[in-house]
Amino acid sequence: MADNNSGFFANPLVKWIEYRLPVFSTLDHMVGSQYPTPKNLSYWWNFGSLAGLCLVIQILTGIVLVMHYTPHTAMAFDSVEHIMRDVNYGWLLRYMHANGASMFFIAVYIHIFRGMYYGSYKAPREILWWLGLIIFLLMMATAFMGYVLPWGQMSFWGATVITNLFSAIPLVGEPIVTWLWGGFAVDNPTLNRFFSLHYLLPFVIVGIVILHVLALHQHGSNNPLGIDTKGPQDRIPFHPYYTIKDAFGVGVFLIFFSFFLFYAPNYLGHPDNYIPANPLVTPEHIVPEWYFLPFYAILRSVPDKLGGVLLMFGAILILFVLPWLDTSKVRSAKFRPIYKQLFWVFLIACIGLTYAGGQPPEGLALVIGRACTIYYFAHFIILLPLVGWFEKPLKLPASISEPVLKA
Amino acid sequence: MKMTTMRAILAALTLGLAAPAFAAGEQPAPPAVKWSFNGPFGTFDRAELQRGYQVYKEVCAACHAMKYVAFRNLRDLGFSEAEVKALAATFQVNDGPNDAGEMFQRAGQPQDKFPSPFPNEKAARASNGGAYPLDLSLIAKARAQGPDYIKALLTGYKPAPAGFALGEGLQYNEYFAGHQIAMPQPLNDDQVTYADGTKASVEQMAHDVSAFLMWAAEPKLEDRKRMGLKVMIFLIVLTGLFFAAKKRIWRKLH
Repeated sequence: MADNNSGFFANPLVKWIEYRLPVFSTLDHMVGSQYPTPKNLSYWWNFGSLAGLCLVIQILTGIVLVMHYTPHTAMAFDSVEHIMRDVNYGWLLRYMHANGASMFFIAVYIHIFRGMYYGSYKAPREILWWLGLIIFLLMMATAFMGYVLPWGQMSFWGATVITNLFSAIPLVGEPIVTWLWGGFAVDNPTLNRFFSLHYLLPFVIVGIVILHVLALHQHGSNNPLGIDTKGPQDRIPFHPYYTIKDAFGVGVFLIFFSFFLFYAPNYLGHPDNYIPANPLVTPEHIVPEWYFLPFYAILRSVPDKLGGVLLMFGAILILFVLPWLDTSKVRSAKFRPIYKQLFWVFLIACIGLTYAGGQPPEGLALVIGRACTIYYFAHFIILLPLVGWFEKPLKLPASISEPVLKA
Repeated sequence: MKMTTMRAILAALTLGLAAPAFAAGEQPAPPAVKWSFNGPFGTFDRAELQRGYQVYKEVCAACHAMKYVAFRNLRDLGFSEAEVKALAATFQVNDGPNDAGEMFQRAGQPQDKFPSPFPNEKAARASNGGAYPLDLSLIAKARAQGPDYIKALLTGYKPAPAGFALGEGLQYNEYFAGHQIAMPQPLNDDQVTYADGTKASVEQMAHDVSAFLMWAAEPKLEDRKRMGLKVMIFLIVLTGLFFAAKKRIWRKLH
C-alpha cells in the first residue's frame, strides 16, 4: 500500500515524505483525485466547504484578537476599542471576526436546509447528520459566548437573559444559574469562563468537523437526485472538478462577505453593544444576534418559562430524530411532489420565526411567532411521518448518468 | 450609491432579518442626511471635521468626555503635528504620581487622551441635576442611524406640545426617546466663531459636530472603504478567473 502510494507521486521529495508519512495520499483521498464524487452536485453543495472556510477565518482572526483583548469587566470594552483604534489593522480583524460569525451561520443554515431538501440525513448518513447538528450546537454556544466578550450592553444583557433560562429547570435551576455565572450575577467570573470556553470550543468544532468529513467519506456525498452512485460513470474525482467549483464558490462568498465587512460592518450588529455594559440600565429591547432569532421567537411564544425553554431546545433536538420522522425512502425532494412544497412552507415558517424573534413579543409579531412555532413542530411530528406514507413519489431515474446524459 | 439604496439592498440581502432588531419607538426616524462619508467611496470632509471639533471643544466638552480619542488622532482632521502639539498644550491633564508620590497637573501632549470634564460619573451627575452626560467617543455607533440621529437631536428642540407633561428640569425634544431630555438645548446661532468664516447656524454646527462624532466613533472609516475597493476589485477578478477555470475544466467531462 505504502509503496503504491509513494509511487503515485512524481516529485522525489514528496515521494520521500510519502514513504514515511502518507500525508499526500491521505489528502488525495480526502479532497483530491482519489475521492470519487457524484458528477451532478449543484452549487448548493458548495456550502459545506464554505462553512469550513468560515471556521478557519474565525479561528485565525480570533487567535490574533486574543493577543490584544483583555477578559476583564473593567477592561474588556476598552481593549476592544484599543483593537479598533490603535492595533494595526485591528479594525479589520475585529470586523472580520464579528461579521465572520454571521457569514458562518449563513453558510451553515444554507448547508442544513440543502440537507433537508435533498434528504441528505437519510440512511446511511444519519451519523453524518448528527455530527453536523453537534457542530451547529457548538457553534451556537461559541457564538453566544463570543458576543459576550466585548462587554457591551447587549453582551451583558444577552448573557443575563440566556443564562437565566436555566433557572426554569425545577429544583436545581437556581443553583445551576449560580454555577454558570460563578457568582450571583453575570460578572467577571462569567466573562472569564466565557472567554475560556469561547477559545476552547472552536477547536472542539474542528475535531467534530474531522469526524463529519470522515462520516461523509464513508458513503460519499448525497446528490440532487438523491440516488446512490451506481458505477464509475456516475462519479468524477473531487480534484480538479470540485476543488475548482469550490474555489469559484469561495470567490463569490468572499465578495458577499466583503460587502458587509467593508461597507456595512455594523449592519448585522446592534448599536447598543457600543454602550459599555451597565448592570443598572436594561436596554429597551434585548435581542440576540440575527442567527438566534428563530429560537428566541420559539422561546417567547410559550407563555410558560420552562415550556419556552424546553421548546427552544426541542426545536434543535428534534432535528436529531429527523431521519426517522421522515418516513419516505426517497431522498431528494425533486421526486417528492408534496414534501417539496412542505419544504418551502417550512422555510417560510423559519423566516417568520426570525422576524418574530426580532420584534417585541406583542401584537401581530407574537401571533406570527406562535403560528410559526406550531408549524415548525407540526412539520416534523405530524407532516413528515404522514407525507412519507401517503405521498406517491415520482419515478426515480435508474442512475445519475441517465438524466445527465439526456440533458 | 446612496445610503438609502445601500440599506435597501442590505435589507433585501439579509431578508430584512436584522432590521427589526432596531427598536422602533414613538419618536420619528431621524431624516437621512447626505454625509460626505456615505457610500462605498465616501470620505470625511476635513474642514467639516475641524469645525465639528471646534463645536465639541467649545460646547460639548463642557460636560461630555471623549475618553477614547487622543490629541494625536486629530492629525486625521488635517491638523499638522505642530498644530496638534500646540493644541494639546492648551489643556491641563492629570499625571503622576511623581517622585514625591504626588499627583500633578501638566500641559497636555499629543499622546494624551482628551481630558474628561468630570473626575467620575458621580461628579458628573452631581453637576448636571442627576443626569449623566455620556461619553461621546462611540455615540455615533451606539445609536441607530448614529450621525443622522445626533444631528436630528441637536436640532430637535421644540416647545412641548400643549398637554405634554414635561418633567422638572427637562426639555422637549422631538427625536429623543420619550421626548424628555435633560440636556438643555446646547447649540444656538453663532455660539462658536468658525475659524474658516462659515456661518455658525444651529443647523451648520449640528451637522459639523455630528460628522466629527462619526469620525471619533469610526476613525478608520476611510481606510476601511479604501481597502474595500481594492479587495473587491481583486476578488471580482479572482472569482472571474476561477469561473473561467471551472468552465474549462468541466468542459472535458462531456
